[in-house]
Amino acid sequence: MNPLTEQTRASMAEIIHRYPHKRSAIMPILHLAQSVQDEITPEGIAMVAEVLDLTTAEVNAVATFYTMYKRSPVGKHHIGICTNTLCALLGGDAVYDAVSERLGAGHNQTDVDGTFWLERIECQAACTHAPVMTVDWEFMDCQTPASAVEVIDRLARGEMVVSTRGPAIRDFQATEHTLAFPDDGLAGEGGEADAIMLAGLTVANQRGMSAPPATAQGA
Amino acid sequence: MTPLTPVITAHWDVPDYFTLEGYKRHDGYRALPKALAMDPDSIIAQVKDTGLRGRGGAGFPTGLKWSFVPQNDGKPHYLVVNADESEPGACKDVPIMMANPHALLEGVIISSYAIRAHHTFIYIRGEVPQAIRRVASAVREAEQAGLIGDNIQGSGYNLRVTVHSGAGAYICGEETALLDSLEGRRGQPRLKPPFPATHGLYADPTVVNNVETIANIPWIVNNGVEWFRQFGTEKSPGFKVFAVSGHVNRPGIYEAPLGITMRELLDYAGGVRGGDGTVKFWIPGGSSVPMLTADHLDTPLTYEAMAEAGTMLGTGTPMVFNSTISVVKAVTRWLEFYKHESCGKCTPCREGTYWITGVLDRFEHGAGTDPDMKLLEDLCANITGRSFCALGDAAATPYPAAMKYFRDEFEAATHTPVDETYPSAASYLFTELAPR
Ligand SMILES: Cc1cc2nc3c(=O)[nH]c(=O)nc-3n(C[C@H](O)[C@H](O)[C@H](O)COP(=O)(O)O)c2cc1C
Ligand code: SF4
Ligand code: FES
Repeated sequence: MNPLTEQTRASMAEIIHRYPHKRSAIMPILHLAQSVQDEITPEGIAMVAEVLDLTTAEVNAVATFYTMYKRSPVGKHHIGICTNTLCALLGGDAVYDAVSERLGAGHNQTDVDGTFWLERIECQAACTHAPVMTVDWEFMDCQTPASAVEVIDRLARGEMVVSTRGPAIRDFQATEHTLAFPDDGLAGEGGEADAIMLAGLTVANQRGMSAPPATAQGA
Repeated sequence: MTPLTPVITAHWDVPDYFTLEGYKRHDGYRALPKALAMDPDSIIAQVKDTGLRGRGGAGFPTGLKWSFVPQNDGKPHYLVVNADESEPGACKDVPIMMANPHALLEGVIISSYAIRAHHTFIYIRGEVPQAIRRVASAVREAEQAGLIGDNIQGSGYNLRVTVHSGAGAYICGEETALLDSLEGRRGQPRLKPPFPATHGLYADPTVVNNVETIANIPWIVNNGVEWFRQFGTEKSPGFKVFAVSGHVNRPGIYEAPLGITMRELLDYAGGVRGGDGTVKFWIPGGSSVPMLTADHLDTPLTYEAMAEAGTMLGTGTPMVFNSTISVVKAVTRWLEFYKHESCGKCTPCREGTYWITGVLDRFEHGAGTDPDMKLLEDLCANITGRSFCALGDAAATPYPAAMKYFRDEFEAATHTPVDETYPSAASYLFTELAPR
């Protein structure tokens, strides 16, 4: 595991500057600690407490409340399968079962070599793209059991996998770093809205429908 | 037939619309100079006159909310954009942030100016890094172009915008839990009153608004009250970014005036997919609002008509389920969600969701009993109105709504496992089951 360094501490200080009160910086700072160590460690808790002038108990209370902070190593990739009602019943349960079998891991467990962490996730704000999977929290929309297992196989072989609405998959720690420093140069990846996001606009164009133009009073 | 009316979504097919340049090429940031030349109070008055209602679920009038912020009180004011979108079924704010981050930002600048805020926070759920990147990149572009920062466009108005990543907690969408979370604490709701408008972030006057609500603002300032009120009804004016999901042939984003019906949206979405081709049940706006059936397909999607039908417009993101879906299974899964997301602060919700899921599990296995149905009814009644925040009420919603229309299914689940009556695979969007 990587140690937390003076560089980490400096980055934490940088995050604090975004807020009028430094305690507000705790969530991105915990993401940063996790990006270095692949989990929230006692060492991470101690450093966060120190930079924010909090007790370790106060930091622990926050870190344990939010599900994205993990208390054991996630490994290289975090795999999320949405098993909230809509995704689950439209096939997410079968996707989860297939991936779980492929990895030999259950909910919030890793595979034997600790490369993949599997998690049943709640609604990912992508129900139009059901069944939804995430890899390191990047969208992998509209999955089938076979396509999801193929994603795992490709990642396991070190091949490139590209998010359906985002960048090429990096790893879990890289995404955690993005959550602390979101302007990472990848905003343009994934391009314009996909066909599902454009469904209504497409129908409107086909049928010659549009919103009424501005009235004289407004314009 | 109510036509589709793309406004917020009108240029989502432009390859670089999510960049400053792309947005500007399509009339972006035209409302901002207009707004900065106005008196802040007249912007609040204009938003009030449009009748715009919050798109985060509760439908509270936006202009009215803004007018509750005390002015000239010498305290810092804050705008906090609620981009926590985690309600099961809600999937419209994340697309807006991905495709149209600058419309959100232009709305942020105008809204902050109106309520005299000089620091705005955009609280985005942590599980959607691509949406977070798009908004963060838009903020940087806007800063570099002098649209955010000191003395914006020579107006003397200053604004900072901070993009904040959440870390996985549905309850942080509740506005006071969100504020506690943003203050660096566990995200648990606060007692109301006092309301955020007077005692919000850091106990200072704060407006919390949904992403879609704020994204409406540039068009309101540009096109005016009359134009806005052409859409929708007297009590539900305007257009809505509907996200239609589930068993439909073309799930996706459909922007239309409020008052469109589910039957019309279904037509645009290519009709019901699978099963016997009919809608078994649908939910107008997130799992926290009661379900409806095929009998309600012609009910206008407005705040008032949905209330009359015994439900709520909620987030305006209809989920459609065909004849293959077991109501028992759907309700059980939603309750597991509420149990998982209960913040634990109050007993009815924390304990109630635990007991409800336990009993529902018996029904799923065909082992429910008649007294169990009464027990579930009592458990829900004991949560409703007795929990500390609306999450508890929401958790007590799916079961009574399901019983209203599908009591027979719970009765059947007293002797037959649900999977036998409703084989799971019949509902799937794919046919292959085993990989390879
Ligand atoms: C459990 C719970 C979760 C919520 N989640 C969200 C959310 O993710 N986004 C949102 O805008 N509002 C959410 N709300 C509603 C907010 O409390 C609040 O009403 C809303 O952000 C106000 O914005 P609006 O007036 O623009 O709709 C939630 C409410 C509850 C009780
Ligand atoms: S109702 Fe549930 S989520 Fe809301 S305060 Fe009580 S325990 Fe927390
Ligand atoms: S239920 Fe899976 S993304 Fe909403």
